[in-house]
Order: sequence, then structure tokens, then C-alpha cells
Amino acid sequence: MEIPARQSLPAMKQAPSQQGRQKGDPAFRLLVTATGVGVLVVLGAIIAVMVSGGWKAFATFGPGFLVSAVWNPVTQHFGAAAPVFGTVISSALALLVAVPLAFGTAFWLTALAPPSAAAVIGMAVQLLAAVPSIIFGMWGFFVVVPVVAHYVQPAARQFLGHVPGLSALVAGAPFGTGLFTAALILAVMITPSITAVMRDVFLSMPTVLRESGYGLGATRWEVMRYVVLPWSRQGVVGGIVLGMGRAMGETMAVTFVIGDSNHIGWSLFAPANTIASLIALEFPESPAGSLKLASLMALGAILMAISFVTLWFSRWLLARGEQAAGR
Amino acid sequence: MKANNTLMRADRSASLLWRRHLCDKLATAMSWLGMLIVVFMLGSILWTLFKNGLAGMSVHLFTMSMAAPGQPGGLANAIVGSIIQTGLAILIGAPAGLMTGIYLAEYGTTSRLARIVRFVSDMLLSAPSILIGLFIYMMLVVPFGHFSGLSGAVALAILAMPIVVRTTEDMLRLVPVAMREAGIALGAPKWRVILFICVRAVRAGIMTGVLLAIARVAGETAPLLFTSLGNSEWSLDLGRPMASLPVAIYQYAGSAYQDWMQQAWTGALLVTLGVLIINIVVRVGTRGGRS
Repeated sequence: MEIPARQSLPAMKQAPSQQGRQKGDPAFRLLVTATGVGVLVVLGAIIAVMVSGGWKAFATFGPGFLVSAVWNPVTQHFGAAAPVFGTVISSALALLVAVPLAFGTAFWLTALAPPSAAAVIGMAVQLLAAVPSIIFGMWGFFVVVPVVAHYVQPAARQFLGHVPGLSALVAGAPFGTGLFTAALILAVMITPSITAVMRDVFLSMPTVLRESGYGLGATRWEVMRYVVLPWSRQGVVGGIVLGMGRAMGETMAVTFVIGDSNHIGWSLFAPANTIASLIALEFPESPAGSLKLASLMALGAILMAISFVTLWFSRWLLARGEQAAGR
Repeated sequence: MKANNTLMRADRSASLLWRRHLCDKLATAMSWLGMLIVVFMLGSILWTLFKNGLAGMSVHLFTMSMAAPGQPGGLANAIVGSIIQTGLAILIGAPAGLMTGIYLAEYGTTSRLARIVRFVSDMLLSAPSILIGLFIYMMLVVPFGHFSGLSGAVALAILAMPIVVRTTEDMLRLVPVAMREAGIALGAPKWRVILFICVRAVRAGIMTGVLLAIARVAGETAPLLFTSLGNSEWSLDLGRPMASLPVAIYQYAGSAYQDWMQQAWTGALLVTLGVLIINIVVRVGTRGGRS
């Protein structure tokens, strides 16, 4: 923004503080730009610290670190495969539950609800998103785990236990903790944020399109299915990927209910670990400079790579969706 | 023959109509179900917290420090520790976020650097908080040789900053051009226009972002595990390990002692109520302001 108006006011030029003003602007510009660049420095430093901190593990175990499922502090042998497996599976299962829930809620909020009810329920959804993750962990451990142990897993075993090929999915003792429970908690945690994104992209569609759908005699579901969804596809996928990124990095809620076992198996109900939960659980027994700490840092670097790529992808999708909306 | 044909067509269209309405009803029912499940989850969490947490509310909780199981104790040091670390995190994170937001909205706008900064800030917004904890552990804990409240506050500041960046930029973009032009026409330099006209005009919106940042970091546990560690004694020293409510809850909830469990639930109720009340105030407040 230049200042042509000043030229028409020659008296202004004689103002005594003029000199100071001209110095103030570049200084302020430099200050805010430096802060902005500081954000990049922080990200760069995070990446550098993770990679250098984990370097000892990568150097000791080589590429085998990525595929080894061993996590044995006694023999000083560490591998990333089990926690990576747990992270990916628990997030994927969480999405299976969360996406239908979020879509249903967003559909309800944007097309079915009376405006006053939509405001209240929309608020409730946002409050659910604001609940600290440790609370989800406690709630999961004391409320969801017993339900899974006493009802869900026995029922699943009864139905699927004798089906060849599927019985492995429900094997194991009914502890209640494990991948399935972690996925449920994660689903509850990420549903609000996916819902919020979906609602926003649904609402950003010009009302005219929605109305012309209704004008042609389409039902509300048909407008959603054939008008709103195709229009907002990128934003919806972006929101889902964003939710997945959140789920993969979640720590406290998962730590309570995952069961802490570095084991890769077919059973959905078996105790497992995610990268984040393993770091949180093992860190207290990892002195600075030890190979174990380096392995945890290396796991952190892997988590960082996974979640940053995921977040980058979701932001890219959301930005493209916004661009399409602005067109 | 002709009449028969019409009848058949009418019949077919009636069945199509019936099917379409069935689909609509089904989708509506599923949508209601989804919404009810989400609301039920929130209800279940709140109910659990109140059911288990209310019993432990007492004056001791706010006046006594954490104690060994069986001993009389409270959460006073954890509450104060949380307030100190959150406050310090906001003192560091909010100005940094404000300035970055100003850069993005007023100076960088669509430049290449600004696009990258915006992108990275949005990524930090959803970055796993445990990674921030590990990062600060390597940066501020290992070099100094001990855990400290200060490092916890810095970790929280990194989490708070992107929220303030986002709201500041969004809010500054809402300032009408006429207002800036009025400032410039009066001969004010750009930085004064930004700070004393634009930022002041949207200060309520920026405060919203700051409040949301407080609500976000006040409940964070993972980044504090490796930085401020937690402390069962009363300590206001930023150079030493410092207690915080979420870490105390984590420590107590995993224990097998009845009184610790009770305090964990009460602490959880306190944190959740605090966070949710801030959120309600912010959302009701902004809705009132907009309409």
C-alpha cells in the first residue's frame, strides 16, 4: 500500500517526526518478516533435531530398523515395524468409524437440522473437539475398555470366531485394551474435526446450486449425493486426511488404551503400540545418549515424516477445494 | 393397450418415487443416528467426569500440594504450575503469532515466502504434540541437564503460536480498506496503521484466538512429559521441574491408589470444565458479535 495521498499535502512533509516515520516502517516490516521466517526455522529445527537425534539408531540398525519388529531393551535391539504397524492400523480403523459418523453429522447439520438446533449441536461437536486428549484417554480406559472386554469382544468372537479366515481377527484374551479400543477412541476424537471441515465445505457451496437441486424435485439425500458431494469432493477428502493426520500423532488417549505390546498380529483386539504411545511409555526409561533414546527419536522422525506428508496432502487438497470454490 | 401402457409407466414411476423416498428416509435416519452418537459421546464423557470427579471437590484440592498415597494432599502445585506454564506459553506464543499473522496479512500476502510460512504454520497447527515435546527435550532439557518449567512453557508456546497466527491473519483480512486508507490519509506510517487501526479494530477477534490457544495448551500432556516432567512438591522455580494438572492426572490415573484416582478424576473435571468454559465463552461471544 503506497501513500500517494501525501503528495497532495505538502505541509505534511515538513512534519518534524517524518524522519522517524520513514525508519519505523522498514524496521517493523523487518520485525514481522523475521517472525514469519522464525516459523520456518522452528519447523526446520524440529526436522533437524529429530533426524540427528535418531541418527544413531538409523546408523546402528541400517534400513533394517524400518522392517524389524523387535523391540528388546535387554538385547539393545530396536525396530520400528511394530509401532508403525500399530499407528497405521489404528488410524485406518479410526477413519472407518469416524468418516460415516462425521458425514452423517455434517449432513444433519447442513441439510436436516432446524437452524437453532444446528447451532446447539454444532457447538456440542466443537466442544467435543476441545476436550483434552488425556480426558479421552481416561474415559476410554474406565468406560470404553470394560465395555469392549465384556460385550464387544465376546460377541465378536461368538460371531466371527468360527469363520475360517476371520477368526484370527478376534483372537486373544478379552483384556479390552488393544488396537480396536484405541481406534474407537481415536474415532471419537477426530470425528469433530472432520465434521467441522465437512460442514464448512458443504456450506461454502453457493445456495443456488442446492436450491436448483430441490427445484428439480430432488430429495435432500439426492441433493447431498449428486450436487453437494461432487462439488465439495476435494474439501471432504482433505478433511478426512487431516483427521487421519491427527489420529496418527495422537498420544495420550492412545497410551491409556493401546495395551503396550510391540507385536504385529492379525487380531484387532490384541494389545499393540503406536509410535506416539511407545515414545510416551518408553521415554522415562531412556537415558540421554542411549541407543534406546536414539531409537525413540528415530521413531519420532518417522512419525514426523508420516504426519507431515499427510498434513501437507490434506492442506493441498483443502486449498485446491477452496480455489475451486472461489472460481 | 394404450391405457395399459400408461398404467405400467405410472406404476414404474411410482415405484421409482417410492425407492427414492426410501433412500432419502434411510439417509436421514443414518444421519440422525450419526449426530446422536456424537452427542452421546460428549454426554458420556461429561457424565463420567462429573460422576467421578465431583466427589473429590474440596478446599484441600486447591490449598495442598500433591502428596504420597494415603497422605492428605491436593493439586494446588499442579494447578499453579499449569497456570504459570500456560501463561508463559501465551506470553511467548501470542506475540510471535500476532506478528507472524501481521506479516501474512499485511506484508507477505501472496508472496512465495508468505505462502510457505502460512503452509508451515498450518502444519504446525496439527503437528503431533509429542514431537514438539521431544524437540524441546533435545533443545532445552539435554543441554541444561535437567527438566524445567521453562522448557515446558516453550513447548506449549510452539503449540499456541499457530492458532494465534491463523486467527490474526483471518481477522486482519476482514478490516475494510477504507479504514486503512483513512489512516494513511492522516499521514500515519504503515506500521502505525496496522498496529493502532487494523489490529485495534479486530482486537476482539484476536483475543478469541488467544483464548482458544489457552484452551488448547492448558490440556496438553504429551509435550510436558519430556520437558517440565511434573513435580510433586510446591515449586515456582522455572529452572526446575514443574508440576502441571494434565501430567498430574496422567500420573495419578495410572496408579492403583484410591485417593490418587479420586484426585485424578477431580483434576480431569477441573481441566475439562476450564477448557470447555473458555470455548463456550469464545463461541457464544463471537456469534453475538457477528450478528
